[in-house]
Amino acid sequence: MRYLAAQSVAEATGALAAEAGVTRILSGGTDVLVQLKAGMVEPDLIVDVKKLPGMREIRAEAGGFRVGAAVAGAELGEHAAFCAAWPGVAEGFQLIGSTQVQGRATMAGNLCNASPAADSVPALVAGGVVARIAGPGGERDLPVADIPAGPGKTNLKKGEFITSFFFPARAMGASDAYLRFIPRTEMDIAVSSAAVNLTIGADGKVSAAEVALGAVAPTVVRVPAAAKAIIGTKLDDAALAAMAKACEAACNPIDDKRGTIAFRTHTAGVLACRAARIAHERAGGKA
Amino acid sequence: MAFDEYQKREFKQVGTRPNRPDGVDKVTGRAMYGADMTLPGMLIGRILRSPHAHAKIKSIDASAALALKGVKAVVTGDDFARPEDDFLRDVQENCMARGKALYDGHAVAAVAAIDAATAKAALKLIKVEYEILPHVTDVDAAMKAGAPIVQEGRTLENVPAGMSGNVTSHSEFGHGDPAAGFAKADKVVERSFKTAATHQGYIEPHAAVASVTTDGKADLWCCTQGHFFVRTLCAGMMGMEASQLRVTPSEIGGGFGGKTTVFIEPVALMLSRKAGRPVKVVMTRDEVFRATGPTVSTSIDVKIGMTKDGRITAGEAYLRYSGGAFPCGTIDMGGQAAFAAYDLEHVRTYGWNVLTNRPKEAAYRAPGAPQAIYAVESVVDELCLALKLDPLDVRLKNAAKKGTKSSYGPTFPDIGLVATLEAAKKHPHYTAPLAEGQARGLSCGFWFNFGGNTCVSLNVNTDGTVGITEGNPDIGGSRASVSLMAAEELGIPYEQIRTIVADTNSLGYNDVTDGSRVTFAVGLATIKAARDAVRKMCLRAAKIWDIDEEAVEWKDGAAVPAGPNAGRFPPMTLAEIAADSFATGGPIAGHHEVNVDGAGVSFGVHLVDVEVDRDTGATKVLRYTIFQDAGKAVHPDYVEGQMQGGAVQGIGWALNEEYIYGRDGRLQNAGFLDYRIPVASDLPPIETVILEIPNPGHPYGVRGVGETPIVPPLAAISNAVSRAIGTRMCELPMSPPRILKAIGTTA
Repeated sequence: MRYLAAQSVAEATGALAAEAGVTRILSGGTDVLVQLKAGMVEPDLIVDVKKLPGMREIRAEAGGFRVGAAVAGAELGEHAAFCAAWPGVAEGFQLIGSTQVQGRATMAGNLCNASPAADSVPALVAGGVVARIAGPGGERDLPVADIPAGPGKTNLKKGEFITSFFFPARAMGASDAYLRFIPRTEMDIAVSSAAVNLTIGADGKVSAAEVALGAVAPTVVRVPAAAKAIIGTKLDDAALAAMAKACEAACNPIDDKRGTIAFRTHTAGVLACRAARIAHERAGGKA
Repeated sequence: MAFDEYQKREFKQVGTRPNRPDGVDKVTGRAMYGADMTLPGMLIGRILRSPHAHAKIKSIDASAALALKGVKAVVTGDDFARPEDDFLRDVQENCMARGKALYDGHAVAAVAAIDAATAKAALKLIKVEYEILPHVTDVDAAMKAGAPIVQEGRTLENVPAGMSGNVTSHSEFGHGDPAAGFAKADKVVERSFKTAATHQGYIEPHAAVASVTTDGKADLWCCTQGHFFVRTLCAGMMGMEASQLRVTPSEIGGGFGGKTTVFIEPVALMLSRKAGRPVKVVMTRDEVFRATGPTVSTSIDVKIGMTKDGRITAGEAYLRYSGGAFPCGTIDMGGQAAFAAYDLEHVRTYGWNVLTNRPKEAAYRAPGAPQAIYAVESVVDELCLALKLDPLDVRLKNAAKKGTKSSYGPTFPDIGLVATLEAAKKHPHYTAPLAEGQARGLSCGFWFNFGGNTCVSLNVNTDGTVGITEGNPDIGGSRASVSLMAAEELGIPYEQIRTIVADTNSLGYNDVTDGSRVTFAVGLATIKAARDAVRKMCLRAAKIWDIDEEAVEWKDGAAVPAGPNAGRFPPMTLAEIAADSFATGGPIAGHHEVNVDGAGVSFGVHLVDVEVDRDTGATKVLRYTIFQDAGKAVHPDYVEGQMQGGAVQGIGWALNEEYIYGRDGRLQNAGFLDYRIPVASDLPPIETVILEIPNPGHPYGVRGVGETPIVPPLAAISNAVSRAIGTRMCELPMSPPRILKAIGTTA
């Protein structure tokens, strides 16, 4: 196994593209090192990308934010302006692991580990966040929603890795929220999860919304029908019931040690409704 | 036995809370745990484990592994002689399979190599040819006709004919005529329950370093709850004499009963013997879950009859326990404990142990009792609800007390159940208001407590300090408690005593640290060793004063003349006697060796408030209070710690912990991510109320306290959850999917 602490993006993409064997990107390392220790993966090449320029920066761009791919949960959580604009993204990211893990874990790592239960991903999808990807052929931008391909698989090509995320400018009255269900109170993996990103218009009604569910399908799923159910409402009971129903219809989960199909499907709807209420309140909405 | 008997006294040091002697080492990382031991030239051992739940081992070809550079030895089941003793053979075949792999994770071969990477690579080169056999992991399925037979020919003659070959033993306890009792009841409730196997969940994985020399001597360092027993087992398997195998226990990072046997120790010894070098074996967490002992999984039917005014007329339980792939006696303790809290005219329990393709059960705090008492206390709660009776009043009305013929035979001496129930009743928790969606549950708990073989040496140093040598690994603060009892008896400060846990060559045999026996039995032996030293010190003073030995007594840490007729001498302190000891007859030491009888049973009552989220099935534990009889709390911090720790493990068992098997018979959750022990934020502060009803069989009245507290949480929480959701829960754990299903939210 070779370890490369890349000094430039070109060095990293070049080395990854040239390696014929198994490669892994090391950023926070909170998944890769665990997988190495458990014998789940035996890479031929590990490329450490966290020292590349800009990888650990959070900066303003076009009225929104550009967040480096190696920014750790604890760092993002201390950025007051970001957290005020994207509280749902921040809370999803910060639910991952323990305090120690938060000092290292990154959103890009969480996304590219490609678990359907990844806590930071639903809010990124609901937020319409776009990932910037470096590769042997140069840079490209891809919506986060299009990156996971299935459990453990992404749509990134050989030699590619994420360098940053772009969070668009926020409208007035916009906010988001993320909730997950775990049998414990922390240090766990989502059995089901939901993120809601919404905007409240001048009339006090929801004018725009996006809903994404986690751990209920092979990848995080956008649920346009659930969003539609609450657009134009003040989250009255009927709207929320319709939203829950739409969420349940979008679920395609598995039965496993963490939960049953019935349980995941039901709780995904429950969590989406609860997250919608939180996002609504954060956005200044009144029931 | 008069000397053992409790005598009321005013304690000066027992009952205080000094710092624990091992505290600084543990918080600074200096303490030596099992994996911290290293020796020059040491090899690393790794174990190859069966990926199948049940398979015939047709052949093992280790030639490629042995050919790998750096590999020094390979061991399989064939390297061990086959012991004649059934018990020893089972332990050995659990450490290394022979002929058949009996569960997912069963060891089939081991390798020793110069480093971990080489050992890991070598494991992949060992070729095992398996013939996969049908498997069974559920206790009820294993009892059915036609179930795959885990081991042939293991059925004892007390099992009725016609049962599945997986049933290995049967036991019955009780008295009276339950049928007659049920006829007198106003209401009879009959329910069936299931409880999942749970793991002790100790933080420290098993670790051992073995060094066998060419002249046949061996040293073994390991984390264990009982190194003398480790010596017995390993010497038996290795064909060694006890004197040639010295076992030294490390500090221990939790055991809870799970480290009362061996798993890797004989393998490390055999690898070392074959390689001619020291070998270290440390389990991974995955190995700990798959191959060490969880507790039994159970299926239980309970029937109880009650009159309108709350008198229990009869109780009956049918208990089916599985201790995994080997015969297991835990069922007997379940059958004995089930109704122990009640004074019953008609009571009977029937128990069966059943083989399944699961790892061999190891003791887990009060083995067998939590499951049986969960089922009984659930039915008692259901009767209280149906008859609109207060659950504490009903338990008080039926409580076992002094003179009660217990459900398992003996007649109880002084016991603390009534006092414990009364303390619960007058505690503010019992009447605190509950909000909508919240409910309160309670349960009694019981454990026998053990005594057993114990040997203690107490050395008086010439500077007036004292060293104590005992032979029981300290898993709950016992060095502090032992030092406190010696300080009390000798009349010197606690800080002047250092207690160590010595290796198997330094003391006579000590039973395993189990059965909540250590503070009781080692404490008793320590008190008597101190009295032995005191007697010798009085003799020295008598010599110096030139008076009769009988004319000297011990008071406040000094020899004094027994009365005015003995002569007028100033008190001679322990330090003064010790300083002169070389001139008065040589070093001074006290000893005591005994097979301790007279362990006192311990009862507890737990009160818990919960809130259930009806939309997600999540249970939140809001408030928790424990009442328990400790006999005498020697170091109250550790008594409270035992009570709280037991409750926490019980909360995990009740709500989330379980061994989950796939259709392929493989364990699905061999790690702390998906084997969910509670985290700190899951728990409320756990309040403790210690009662002290002295045990007549101990000089200070001490009872064991370590096991009783894991018994009540299962039913207390189940009763609270059942009341909160309005539906009786009959299966553990009460995980959120099961609760939603019970409520009817999900199909």
